[in-house]
Amino acid sequence: MGGYRLSSGGSQIDRSRRVRFSFDGRDLGGFAGDTLASALLANEQTLFGRSFKYHRPRGVLSAGAEEPSALVTMRSGARVEPNTKATMVELYDGLEASSQNRWPSLRFDVLSVNSLFSNFLSAGFYYKTFMGPTRKAWMVYEHFIRRAAGLGAGGFQADPDRYEGLHAHCDVLVVGSGPTGLMAARAAAVSGARVILAEEMAQFGGMLPNESETLDGVSAGDWAKATVAELSALDNVTLMPRTSVYGYFDDNVLAAVERVADHMPVPPENTPRQRHWTIRAKQVVIASGAIERPIVFDGNDTPGVMLSDAVRSYALRFGVAAGRKIVVCTNNDRAYHTALQLADRGMTIRAVVDARSTPPQALVEALAARGIEHFPGHVVAKAEGGKALEGVHIAPYDPHTKRLKGASRWITTDALAVSGGWSPAIHLASHASGRPNFRDDIQAFVPGEAEQAWRAAGACNGDFGLAACLAAGAEAGAAAAGDAGFGATALPQPSVEGGEAEDFAVLPLWEVPAIKGRGKKFVDLQHDVTAEDVRLAQREGFQSVEHLKRYTTLGMAADQGKTSNINGLAIMAETRGASIPEVGTTRFRPPYNPVSLGAIAGREIGAHFRPVRLTPMHDWHVAQGADMLAAGAWLRPRVYRQPGESVTDAYIRETRAVRDSVGIVDVSTLGKIDVQGPDAAEFLNRVYSNGFAKLPVGKARYGLMLREDGIVYDDGTTWRLSETQYLMTTTTANAAGVLTHLEHLLSIVWPELRVQVSSVTEQWAGMAVSGPNARRTLEAAVDDMDLSNEALPFMGVRPGHLGGIPVLIARLSFSGELAYEVYTEANYGLPVWEKVLEAGKSFGIIAYGTEALGALRIEKGHVAGPELDGRTTAADLGLGGMASRKKHYIGCMMLDREGLTDPSRLKLVGLVSLSGESIRPGSQLVEGATMATSGPSLGHVSSTTYSPALEKQVALGLVEGGLERTGHRLYATYPLKGHHVPVEVVEPVFFDKDGSRMHV
Amino acid sequence: MRIYCPICGERDSGEFTYGGDATVHRPAMDETDAEAWCQYVYNRENRRGPMLEYWHHTQGCRAWLVLERDTVTHKILSQPRLVGPWADEPKGNPPIDSGSDTGSAERERVSEPVGAE
Repeated sequence: MGGYRLSSGGSQIDRSRRVRFSFDGRDLGGFAGDTLASALLANEQTLFGRSFKYHRPRGVLSAGAEEPSALVTMRSGARVEPNTKATMVELYDGLEASSQNRWPSLRFDVLSVNSLFSNFLSAGFYYKTFMGPTRKAWMVYEHFIRRAAGLGAGGFQADPDRYEGLHAHCDVLVVGSGPTGLMAARAAAVSGARVILAEEMAQFGGMLPNESETLDGVSAGDWAKATVAELSALDNVTLMPRTSVYGYFDDNVLAAVERVADHMPVPPENTPRQRHWTIRAKQVVIASGAIERPIVFDGNDTPGVMLSDAVRSYALRFGVAAGRKIVVCTNNDRAYHTALQLADRGMTIRAVVDARSTPPQALVEALAARGIEHFPGHVVAKAEGGKALEGVHIAPYDPHTKRLKGASRWITTDALAVSGGWSPAIHLASHASGRPNFRDDIQAFVPGEAEQAWRAAGACNGDFGLAACLAAGAEAGAAAAGDAGFGATALPQPSVEGGEAEDFAVLPLWEVPAIKGRGKKFVDLQHDVTAEDVRLAQREGFQSVEHLKRYTTLGMAADQGKTSNINGLAIMAETRGASIPEVGTTRFRPPYNPVSLGAIAGREIGAHFRPVRLTPMHDWHVAQGADMLAAGAWLRPRVYRQPGESVTDAYIRETRAVRDSVGIVDVSTLGKIDVQGPDAAEFLNRVYSNGFAKLPVGKARYGLMLREDGIVYDDGTTWRLSETQYLMTTTTANAAGVLTHLEHLLSIVWPELRVQVSSVTEQWAGMAVSGPNARRTLEAAVDDMDLSNEALPFMGVRPGHLGGIPVLIARLSFSGELAYEVYTEANYGLPVWEKVLEAGKSFGIIAYGTEALGALRIEKGHVAGPELDGRTTAADLGLGGMASRKKHYIGCMMLDREGLTDPSRLKLVGLVSLSGESIRPGSQLVEGATMATSGPSLGHVSSTTYSPALEKQVALGLVEGGLERTGHRLYATYPLKGHHVPVEVVEPVFFDKDGSRMHV
Repeated sequence: MRIYCPICGERDSGEFTYGGDATVHRPAMDETDAEAWCQYVYNRENRRGPMLEYWHHTQGCRAWLVLERDTVTHKILSQPRLVGPWADEPKGNPPIDSGSDTGSAERERVSEPVGAE
């Protein structure tokens, strides 16, 4: 029993092209044009997967994007893709799909025992049981619960396919290509507007192939094909099949995903799997149609229970009968036409069950003429069958009391076509509108007031029926083109003949009472939310729609409740005795459909994730085997390891070499800002907390920048190159931020200052040459410069030449040694670097990396990023003297606020390990001698290193009381790693406290 | 969202950085009233509706702009204008189609700060 392929029919399939595919390892056949769902139905496969929570057998409900149940895992290995709707998968030769959430097999699933306990597994069960009163039980069971519940599993290998991101612009974007969308696109195109027509399925035409009417004398399906051909011939129309417009964002920007190669085994060469489109449309016509909704009754999740129009789609478009004996269950007229169309194609309709007691006479007669049994005033109260539908119990129904009013009878059937009415697909509209409005006649929400330049038309707007959709589409398309600035041209309407009644009124019917007990009535098939769960939520006080959703997870699955939201709302409304609009509706948010992360990431992956910045000397570092380390976007050498050396060995060797003789380090990553103008001195004096007004030409000064709230922002040296020109250096991390800060001040705060700033970070290469032999090294390298202490004193800056190359040499020291910074034009960075190395050869010069740079500065107690952490003041860092009291500058007004003068503030100290163990950065400083008795945190460790000069493990830290604790013992504790290291508080300058080494 | 830069033309908002309430002004350097400084440094109105804002064309010409934007709809209600030393220089071509309302009525409103009340 189950589905089968009809001997003829199927407007979408090509019976001359057979396609082989596999499902759960079984080899099966289908036709080109099939979806995976239609091909599986044709192969009598009723069971598609197991449900999320109870592991109940599930089949296929729909034939489109609203599918909640028929989720499969596509492909395997690196291309595995879980939770794919079988209704959206186009069949291709070699397709490989498998069912989900079952073990060991789909037919025999161990965890289906969950279903026996469904009374216990109701909404909130896990949390109530395992999370209170202690969380211990949850921590034990979470792993098992997470394993048991769920859908498909993703892969762990990198996706080998390419995804692209593109932008598109148009005058009119039409979303959906049913009768409304096609007419809208035609009408807009005639006016000359640039039109994009996006259709989420592979075929244009929406439901047109399902309609029995003729349009201009041809079948509705053929009319759709002809219209698409006409549109594709127009230069101003772009047709985008397989494109889901999933979100409507500000400024009429919409996002869409085009499934370029999902219908192929692997994407062809130079073709991405998917394209992500950012579409900027002047006007949008939303013609997204409507979604048929199921009726909630006992056993309504049995495989074989389907939506009425889906059953029709499978027959008319794919030539597949959903079952041998079909029962139709409805509360409206349209499902009758499903029955008639199927019967006319030789399928067996066992009965039509209508909750309404007096359906239109014409339909009753049409059923009688075909010998179809008719049960007006009846409902399907229970479906039975387990893994495949075996039959239904129908019973008389009283719509006023909403109760069954008589004995039930059994009808054998293997496919039940259900229609509970239609819900306009308002998702996209509600991304860009106010609250949706409820319409009583169709018992559905229609889009609210537009907040952007869109109009909804046709079924999406609640105007059902073919003729109504055609007219609405033409009108919307013309109006949209008009609003985009194009003159309207009248478009002849196709003449509609024959076919179906235009009455789409429904008898409100959401939930059918169970014949016995409460039954298993599923509202949300994807998240296994039952009608009882909704009532439980109401009883427990989760009455608002937002609480209902979160408590029961109704509508929160990957299908976003496309077939369940309105039923859940209606059941809540009935339980509360309120109307549906009183209960409210959740406003949909993007995305309308799940979007793969690959499509969002596009090409911004791997090396393209973000730009990598390289210094002019980068290739040299790499050639020397340096370990490169990311510092923001920059790559910097961390250590230059020699064979057999660890990172620690290497930085200790490099640090010693600098203190003993001479070393060179690449400092090109420092931020560099050119500051020019007659008011530059005044400007810098207001930007830095220390005095800059009197800095002479040819001198550099260390400056401290504060934020307006008095906290230290950045530091660096600034060099006066001429009366009106300065070169400012910033930390590597804050280079961009400082420039923006300066531009803000010059544009907004002090526009009267005649100063220009511009980034020159990448224009300069910089290197620091440090060590007792630094001067001798440079003297051997430069052409014409006197580098003596008299000619170039500490903090002096001089231009000159080195090997014929212009350089700026500044005598600055971050290491505490005699040291110089050599700056040159970026293109000359490498030759200058190499010439300095050559000159230093006789002194054993070495290149050192950021580890040694850090060790040298920690030994000298210089603060850096870990100390300038956005919480420290100049006084906290022992730099209180640099916060001037004699002038106005950024941050000066907040220095005396209580929080910044609080004596309990953390202040900079030095720390020496008393046990010889290393100190972890981030350790908390405590008084307790053991971890268990550590007591409250008094501060933390910011920077740590082994000090080759002291031959001790040392650190900088911030601690309450600061240097008042000098000589005291504290403990640097890091419980996560089990570290508890005794440390002594000392002055933060560990080495050469009087600075004699750098002043030689 | 797109923002019209008087120097570069209409650009995607991703090129710009938000720069805060444009009705807040730094007190004069000789201002000694702690309250005024406290207001400037710490207090900002969380405005719902039209608001004058600074934007920085960080990924473009690096000019600072001031514009009026509705914080609910994100609609830009006024023609953005330059601030700073270039504010009075020629502003280039007007936008061809900014996709947002730039009618003259709204343009007038720039001159009346709406942020501080």
